[in-house]
Amino acid sequence: MSAALFEMLLRLGDNTLVLGHRVSEWCGKAPVLEEDIALANTALDLIGQTQMWLGYAAEVEGKGRSADDLAMRRDVWDFRNILMLERPNLDFGHTMMRQFLFDAFHRAQLAALAQSSNPRVAEIAAKAVKEATYHLDRSAETVVALGDGTEVSHAKMQTALDLLWPYVGEMFESDDVDAQMAAEGIAPDPDGLRAAWEATVRDTLSEATLTVPQDNFAHKGGRTGARHTEHLGHMLTQMQWLQRAYPDATW
Amino acid sequence: MNTTGPTPSKRTGEWPLFEVFIRGQHGLSHRHVGSLHAPDAEMAVKNARDVYTRRNEGVSIWVVEAEAIHASAPGDKEALYDPSNDKVYRHPTFFDVPEEVGHM
Amino acid sequence: MYAQMIQSTGKGVKTLDEMEPEERAFQERINAGGKIEPKDWMPDGYRKNLIRQIGQHAHSEIVGQLPEGNWITRAPTLERKAILLAKVQDEAGHGLYLYCAAETLGITRDEMFEALHEGRMKYSSIFNYPTLTWADMGAVGWLVDGAAIMNQVPLQRTSYGPYARAMVRICKEESFHQRQGFDIMMKMCNGTDAQKKMAQDALNRMWFPSLMMFGPSDKESVHSEQSMAWKIKMNTNDELRQKFVDQTVPQAQYLGLTIPDETLAWNEEKGGYDFAEPDWNEFFDVLKGNGPCNQERLQTRKDAWEEGAWVREGMLAHAAKKRSMKVAAE
Repeated sequence: MSAALFEMLLRLGDNTLVLGHRVSEWCGKAPVLEEDIALANTALDLIGQTQMWLGYAAEVEGKGRSADDLAMRRDVWDFRNILMLERPNLDFGHTMMRQFLFDAFHRAQLAALAQSSNPRVAEIAAKAVKEATYHLDRSAETVVALGDGTEVSHAKMQTALDLLWPYVGEMFESDDVDAQMAAEGIAPDPDGLRAAWEATVRDTLSEATLTVPQDNFAHKGGRTGARHTEHLGHMLTQMQWLQRAYPDATW
Repeated sequence: MNTTGPTPSKRTGEWPLFEVFIRGQHGLSHRHVGSLHAPDAEMAVKNARDVYTRRNEGVSIWVVEAEAIHASAPGDKEALYDPSNDKVYRHPTFFDVPEEVGHM
Repeated sequence: MYAQMIQSTGKGVKTLDEMEPEERAFQERINAGGKIEPKDWMPDGYRKNLIRQIGQHAHSEIVGQLPEGNWITRAPTLERKAILLAKVQDEAGHGLYLYCAAETLGITRDEMFEALHEGRMKYSSIFNYPTLTWADMGAVGWLVDGAAIMNQVPLQRTSYGPYARAMVRICKEESFHQRQGFDIMMKMCNGTDAQKKMAQDALNRMWFPSLMMFGPSDKESVHSEQSMAWKIKMNTNDELRQKFVDQTVPQAQYLGLTIPDETLAWNEEKGGYDFAEPDWNEFFDVLKGNGPCNQERLQTRKDAWEEGAWVREGMLAHAAKKRSMKVAAE
């Protein structure tokens, strides 16, 4: 087994698992029916991507675990998602701003992964990038509309951006795992995605009449598992409840 | 007793209604599939994708603000006696009922 | 059903001879299996009844998202989570189709939401019951969707065109809903002792509320008679309830579950089961707002609507700005 490949697949799969979970929390409670349905589509895409990434991770690991085992039976320190995605939804503006900031990264990341030297990775990414492209299209349009909309919506989107900005830097963190994956042509070095991401994001945010915060401080610790937020543990108490409470059951 | 029914009031803050037309995958013409609400036409196209193509039903989407549609006048008395007449062209039934619906 | 206790505004059903020519033409068209379309002439009572019925049906779909939505974040596997989310999303879609059908009758969706939030319009009693274990996801799909389908399949032939077309689409999409519920029940009933116990417990709690979905006996109801003459109600409540019981009992037996009704027995003569009536006092209590979850369900919908107001307004304001910029540029 390649430890670095396994680690990379967990990072991909945990990002989509955790964000998919958060987005699914909106079901039945969105501001308008059309958004309720659209958010569910996004969540469904992300859950589907999780099944593929974690399914492949489990194969690579070769210890007989499944995607569900990885999702439902690991504790907080074994999760490899970035911190931004485990943050609570807060309001719709925060949810859509987070979605937009991640989608812009995710699409670029998946587009590069679609060229991976690893055929399985390339295949999964090729499917997922189509979904991420639509997610970005939609979240960007919503961010622009709400940023530009009314005074109230503008203020809420600016607050969301200010709250989230300290969490975007982690997307572009690189460590030995990334270096090895890049050297093998399996995955792009995240740092290399930043310039294009910045260009997209700054364009859209300016159209949304929002001000990009100056401070580039970045919280980190999610994608290495070193230090998650308190929120992830609470998410897992729900997500993993049945599997933990009835470990011998199949569902 | 009304003949045409009240027009829906345009209330402040209400998103306009759009009619959605979708072209299926077999090179057919666009067909009316239903309606939805959206703040504008661009979002209406996106909403249509999310609402009406959840099962890959279409390859091309048109949306038209419902207010912009001009319809023929409702049937006169004679036409009332001949229901199949206006039924066909104005409101065809677009979806077949799958067999399983019958028994489950 | 999803539309319970719809009070028709008619005072007894008129014969064709008693009708003015317009109404007579309208009724004859319905009798001949024709469809009524939005701009066609229709009696006020027909319009009002339909708004209430379709509106209630639509409200039931979106409030009905909540009991199942309660388990989306706790679904036991990724696949179960995806299936459940897709199903609850379909319910939002079905609510949307139905609101649009009602809108053709001269009421807007936002007006219907307000009526729901203010308690002027109702939704099905069944969604005021809690979902307490994962087995409830099975029981809701199997029993609640099963009962709903009994009513919805015939409504595909209802006289009002937009309603009938919405039902066709809904029935097509719902074909997997009941099956996914039954599939969950099978898994539970073939599982551990705890899972079997959960499954039986879910059936115990959901059985009578499911029977209530069809509404009280309407044998002597003038309202039902008028609705049936207009073909906006296709079967009596008792017919549908009997059909539901006859279909469901063998399925419960297959699962190895016991229907919580000691009086349940096959009646050879009528070719169907005899069964106990649900507690109709409980039913009326729930309708009045005293079900176990009435408060939470309605509050959740109100909160979503109120907390979403700035989003709807913001997007609309942006659309207006875009339009005026476009005009200015031309």
